[in-house]
Amino acid sequence: MGAYVIRRLAWLPLILFIVSFATFALARFGPGDPVTVAAGQIRDPEVLAQIRQDKGLDDPIPVQYARWLGDAVRGDFGESFIQRGFTVSELIFPKMWVSAQLGFLALVMIFVVGIPLGLLAARLAGTWVDPAIIGTLLFLQAIPVLVLIPPLLWLFALQFNILPVGGWDGIFEIWWIAGVIAVPIPDPHLYLPLLAFTLPGFVGVARLVRISALEVNTLDYVRTARAKGLSEANVQWRHVFPNSLLPVITVFGLALSGIIEGALFIEVLLGIPGIGSFLFEAVTSRDYDVIMAATVIFATAFVLTNLLAEIIYGLVDPRVRLGASRN
Amino acid sequence: MAMTATQEVYVDESSVGESAWRQVWGRLRRKKLAMISLLIVVAIYLGGIFAPLIAPYGYNTQDLDRGLEGPSADHWLGTDRLGRDMLSRTLYSARTTVVVTTAVVLSGSLFIGTTLGLIAGYRGGWVDNLIMRVGDIFAGLPAIIMLILINASLGRRVEDAARWVEDHTFLDGLVSSGFHSYLLVFGALSLFFWVGSARVIRAQVLQLRENDFILAAESLGGSSARVIRSHILPNVSFLIVLGISASLGGIAGSEILLTWFGVGVQNAPSFGGMIYEGSGARTFQSHPHLLLVPGAVVTALLFAFNLFGDALNDAMRGR
Repeated sequence: MGAYVIRRLAWLPLILFIVSFATFALARFGPGDPVTVAAGQIRDPEVLAQIRQDKGLDDPIPVQYARWLGDAVRGDFGESFIQRGFTVSELIFPKMWVSAQLGFLALVMIFVVGIPLGLLAARLAGTWVDPAIIGTLLFLQAIPVLVLIPPLLWLFALQFNILPVGGWDGIFEIWWIAGVIAVPIPDPHLYLPLLAFTLPGFVGVARLVRISALEVNTLDYVRTARAKGLSEANVQWRHVFPNSLLPVITVFGLALSGIIEGALFIEVLLGIPGIGSFLFEAVTSRDYDVIMAATVIFATAFVLTNLLAEIIYGLVDPRVRLGASRN
Repeated sequence: MAMTATQEVYVDESSVGESAWRQVWGRLRRKKLAMISLLIVVAIYLGGIFAPLIAPYGYNTQDLDRGLEGPSADHWLGTDRLGRDMLSRTLYSARTTVVVTTAVVLSGSLFIGTTLGLIAGYRGGWVDNLIMRVGDIFAGLPAIIMLILINASLGRRVEDAARWVEDHTFLDGLVSSGFHSYLLVFGALSLFFWVGSARVIRAQVLQLRENDFILAAESLGGSSARVIRSHILPNVSFLIVLGISASLGGIAGSEILLTWFGVGVQNAPSFGGMIYEGSGARTFQSHPHLLLVPGAVVTALLFAFNLFGDALNDAMRGR
């Protein structure tokens, strides 16, 4: 197992190197000149040339990249071209924190909602409820978040006026009872993004759990359990439930990478100050160092997620890691 | 997908003489949902292909006096902000989807993916290692983010190149038709959509090549190219079809995401652009048709792609 984990981990630096170099080259290759943007009203060619030189933008790309890499491994991602006086790290870490909180909650919700739904559908297989649940879920899954969010916003924020139009205000809001007792409740800004983040994910989990539970239900040990007189509730709880959860672990990585990629669009649409909308702004304003840092962080999160999923998969199913070591 | 990787297509022994394709089609035809999905896909694709013939207006014909109208006898699906006919724009957006999915399937899944999968599986050794490790790297990257970055940074360069071609050859109208942006979208998507089919095909070829008929073909002096073409390719054709049907939704969806982000198809209507113009809670409140028209078509299309892909998978496995 240890060797397997190490072998998977060995990939990480290589992939990060490729991602960061590709990002760097692409960003430098792109249109628009960050210097003219950063200089604002100044159009004096000498001043612009001075800024270029200070920023080292005249050096060949590999040299610039080596300098960036050297700084980045020490945690220095440079300075924002657009928001002068702020380092990229100062700007990016608060946004990462917002995205991470939201992403973690979404991940938990995907399983908390998906697993019971799948078990329920499997339990009611053969009745009209099962196809109704699965059909509805499949339909919901087919609606792209881009199409789903505006109607939801209209319904909840404008029509019923019960949720805010967007933005972010932390996870908890404190309710004061009689001005003395503080009760933390989920902040209303959370509901819509969580719904948008979890919708495709929990549908996948629910379908998988349903199929798996249906399969486990036909296995010999379940029949034995019923034959020896165990109550149906006991059979479900002790035998079907734990065994049908095993395959769910395999979609963990898929769910998490869906959340990471979804952040880009959902955060922009709902005005959440996370790393997704940060990257969106950076791409539109060509803020080189911010694009670099945000992409590398996105890619790192993504690669680590896949890695984690593979390791978990290897833990659950020995065939995976043994097969891998034979190659 | 990984679990079905080495699955042979199921052939019912009792109906000997009937080709495997015919059997799959027979099983598929009995599935109501699959047929409805197929109908939806075919309808949208036909609408896109024949858009210039059936669209009542040009996709860029503006009528500023009649902007933001709801459905009427003149404009069945209403008009957008500039008074352009929504039905015509929807048909032309479907055309964009048709062009992008076809081109990416041809270049990415079929050409690059199948070829590399066949070579990796058949040759083995360091060739196999190299191809599959490159594939691992691409699969390990966040595709949408890399695609946005590629399109955002190369967009202007490709446009300049297209303008140069216009100036120096007899070709005309490349930029105004959005050809350069299509080219970039194809290229970028193909870069990420070959890995899946290459992996699946490689796994199948690894098994196939242990068979006696391959050994026979080789000992009769058949060249690698010949063995692959006439003995291996026919045996992975099912996987190729399955792979295409599974990737269509992803390709269509990616184009829409990219165009929504402003780095996809330009100068031509796309569902991504239409959805972007209709988003925003206030816009939706006053003019819901701006979002609902493209949204409904996209949802129907992606839903149909998914259902049909699942059904095809079932039919090939004998269900």
